[in-house]
Amino acid sequence: MITLTINDQEVKARKGWTLLEAARHHGVDIPTLCYHEAVAPSGACRLCMVELKDGDWSKLVASCIYPVADGLNVYTETPKVQNVRRWVLEMLLAACPGSEEIATLARRYGVTTTRFATKSANEACMVCGLCVRVCEEVVGLSAIATVDRGVHKRVGAPYLKPTDVCVACGSCVTICPTGAMAKIFDTVRGEPQTKLTQLQA
Amino acid sequence: MPEQQAVIDNTHQRLQSAEDLNELRQHLCDRVDPNRPEIVVCHGTGCMANGSTQVTEALAAALKKAGSEAKLMPGIKTTGCQGFCSRGPLIIIRPQGLFYQQVKPKDAEEIVQQTIMQGKPVERLLYQDPKTGETIHTEDEIPFYKMQQRVVLHNIGRIDPSDIADYIAAGGYQALAKALTTMTPEDVVAQVEASGLRGRGGAGFPTGRKWRSALQAIERKGRPVYVVVNGDEGDPGAFMDRTIMEGDPHAVLEGLILGAYALGAQMGYLYVRAEYPLAIKHLEIAMMQARAYGLLGDNILGSGFTFDARINRGAGAFVCGESTALFTSIEGKPGNPRPKYVRSVEEGLWGRPTVLNNVETWANIPLIVNKGGDWYADLGVPHSTGTKVFSLVGKVNNVGLVEVPMGIKLSEIVETIGGGVPDGRPFKAVQTGGPSGGCIPYSLKDTPVDFDSLTKAGSMMGSGAMIVMDDSDCVVDVGRYFLRFLEEESCGKCLPCRLGLTRLRELLDNFAKGKGSEADIDDLISLSEAIQDGALCALGSSAPNPVLTTLQYFREEYIAHVKDKKCPAGVCKDLITYTIDADACTGCTACARRCPQNCIRGKKKEAHIIEVGDCIRCGICLETCKFKAVQVD
Amino acid sequence: MEQLNEEIEQIMQTYPGKPEYLIFLLQDIQDKAGYISPESMQLVSEHTGVPLTQAYSVATFYQSFRLEPRGDHDIRVCLGTACHLKGGQRITEELERRLNVQAGETTEDQRFTLSTVNCVGACALAPVVVVDDEYEPHVTAKKLDRKLKILEHEFDENKEGGPDA
Repeated sequence: MITLTINDQEVKARKGWTLLEAARHHGVDIPTLCYHEAVAPSGACRLCMVELKDGDWSKLVASCIYPVADGLNVYTETPKVQNVRRWVLEMLLAACPGSEEIATLARRYGVTTTRFATKSANEACMVCGLCVRVCEEVVGLSAIATVDRGVHKRVGAPYLKPTDVCVACGSCVTICPTGAMAKIFDTVRGEPQTKLTQLQA
Repeated sequence: MPEQQAVIDNTHQRLQSAEDLNELRQHLCDRVDPNRPEIVVCHGTGCMANGSTQVTEALAAALKKAGSEAKLMPGIKTTGCQGFCSRGPLIIIRPQGLFYQQVKPKDAEEIVQQTIMQGKPVERLLYQDPKTGETIHTEDEIPFYKMQQRVVLHNIGRIDPSDIADYIAAGGYQALAKALTTMTPEDVVAQVEASGLRGRGGAGFPTGRKWRSALQAIERKGRPVYVVVNGDEGDPGAFMDRTIMEGDPHAVLEGLILGAYALGAQMGYLYVRAEYPLAIKHLEIAMMQARAYGLLGDNILGSGFTFDARINRGAGAFVCGESTALFTSIEGKPGNPRPKYVRSVEEGLWGRPTVLNNVETWANIPLIVNKGGDWYADLGVPHSTGTKVFSLVGKVNNVGLVEVPMGIKLSEIVETIGGGVPDGRPFKAVQTGGPSGGCIPYSLKDTPVDFDSLTKAGSMMGSGAMIVMDDSDCVVDVGRYFLRFLEEESCGKCLPCRLGLTRLRELLDNFAKGKGSEADIDDLISLSEAIQDGALCALGSSAPNPVLTTLQYFREEYIAHVKDKKCPAGVCKDLITYTIDADACTGCTACARRCPQNCIRGKKKEAHIIEVGDCIRCGICLETCKFKAVQVD
Repeated sequence: MEQLNEEIEQIMQTYPGKPEYLIFLLQDIQDKAGYISPESMQLVSEHTGVPLTQAYSVATFYQSFRLEPRGDHDIRVCLGTACHLKGGQRITEELERRLNVQAGETTEDQRFTLSTVNCVGACALAPVVVVDDEYEPHVTAKKLDRKLKILEHEFDENKEGGPDA
């Protein structure tokens, strides 16, 4: 067992756990969006940032990927942590106005309005990549991937057309934390008829 | 350079030992008559774009025409970038060392007749010091070169980069022979540690310590281990690594082979930016030649040590300069950085221990092995040893590539070597470290250029781009420029970077439009800090640096945008107007003819006016006017 | 076309069928064909064993890959810092107006593809425009106009004399 402190409370954790797993095990609240037990963590949304401190030294790390280690002092509600979280949530409100899930999460952390220009009312995808990871790691198909990069990055199938590789299993819709995949699912899956013939063959 | 030189002499006897290499070197040196004149033409990118290839051809033709009249027929040698790019095309005539600048093909005949045949300089091609008016004959007397210390660039401008014989004659691969015959891998690592060399790619991590940690990782995890050259020089305004790869590719390769020997690697990768085709070509030639000579591949110099390498062409992604993104790119995937709580020396390429160093770092290794770590540590200043190559660009008279000892003052680089700011305008700031760095104001011009002092000033060494700005450059605009650059170049994985950079840029856009208030500065700072703390990799976490340093040193300029609705530098379009000074305007109509909006009115030979309402502030009239009548306010 | 397919087939044979050669293959195909067609992408995907989705993801991640045919002439405006300070943005806007396209697009007549590039490392020549791999140093609106006229003229001549005419 590994011993560390979270918010000055000494806690025990199993070797191989991440800080997030340790915190949740001990009932410490850390918000996440791009994290799901079913797939490998990717550290994309940065809502789970925590501050490590050692004397004068301090550093923010993503708790969903940072492994526990003996002697770590972890803080989950420092001004720096809250600053990152507040800005990310405020920017998400503007980027995903169509997501009730994001609005709810933001409200929980006191963010109710955004100063930024909002995207179209239907937009809900935050490109966290959970759908892509579940399709690759769990379903084993890789029917979808991220397309483009930077501010243009989005989720889709090749040439942004429906693909027959998709078997319409719906795992991506289930795992999506913002409700976005349900809205764009039809742009990904191919004709059900073709699929059936393929399966039979 | 002539294509046929690049063809490898496959019949060449492989070098079987260090003695073979020495014999070859002796043979190559004996072949050269030190009194034979040599015309050295710069074939760096800058000079080639200015027509140096045509100059070379004209010189060859002129020599042919002169025929046997010359006592000693000179050879023509084409080299990599000689550095003084703003004066190109450059040629140097050895052994006298005569330095000719801005040479045109039509000058060739005169050069041959006068300098080669009669030994007299062609006066008008010599460099004239703009400050003193003095005519200068040789390279080493020119202020641009005089204050430089050419260590890692010592071969560039002297050797033909496509000819391994030139490199060997200049002492190339001696360090490798020395290491393979007289040093253990441990000795090599110890020398690099003793040199105090810090990584030239940006962060300045001590190279020796990196290698040591890699050895420790290997002890735990075993081999294979990989050595990798980071040649993905993406900082806009930087061309140090390009110059080294183009002008002295064997030095990079020899450094890499030495690293491989020190760490016991059998495979190496050179990741080179796709925008640098000449660098890729020269490295490819160098690797083919080195293989043919037995300096790369199986059983190098008969020592039993085997190592090979391959080139990965980048595909256009700035983020691949980041170590983990570079590895995923070599693996054939999109260059998304990996969340990095495990160091690359432990888990790098293919999840194996990996040592990644920048081009300039690798090129320093042969020198350190040859001359010893202590020799290197004596160069520069204690915590930043050695020299550093900078690309000096922007509003500076002598644009080019310079190598200086660490610790030199910033003003010495800009004002003495660089010759100051053109047109007598004031020197406002220097942007160092590219999009991850910061702006150092004129008031701090005496800051010593070393890793720690630059960081203390809020900037960073970075890879070595130095962009000089004058009073016509706006800090808000420069901040927007870097953010726009990074928005496109961000991998888009983590939210603080993908969403935050755009939002930060939009806040700056408001300043550029004169919207918003002083209070928005607090938002700029707070969001910048969230990005610094929250982003996944160094691209994101360093992205706010240009904004934060300009806010630190040029806060009044930001305030002027929102309070007075003025852009003091005259750059931000929404806050400026173009007018024509009626006294200066000669009525030549040039501006009116070029104006895309047709909003300049006036009769021939009479003063013109700009109808401000239709003006899109494209600046074409300003560029067109020969009489400085167009004014920006 | 036939010949191109053969050449692409040849490129495939130069690299082992492993995921790490995906980028090499896409680069070589683009060098040969000017862009990566959906058919080539499919071939590369099959050869390397990388799912088509991921190959497409790679091809769209890196800026140098083109998924649509390019114009006859390639105009790239450098927007490195030195070029920016010396008016690179203005040059881009001028070209966009002149060619009636946005950066990244190809003119309707397939003559020109206009794009921007982040620093070609030729800062002493700022502002620089790279036209068909040739550096045009210290460009001005006037110089570009002259260059474009020459290229347009050549284009017209080729069209008239070419087999398509």
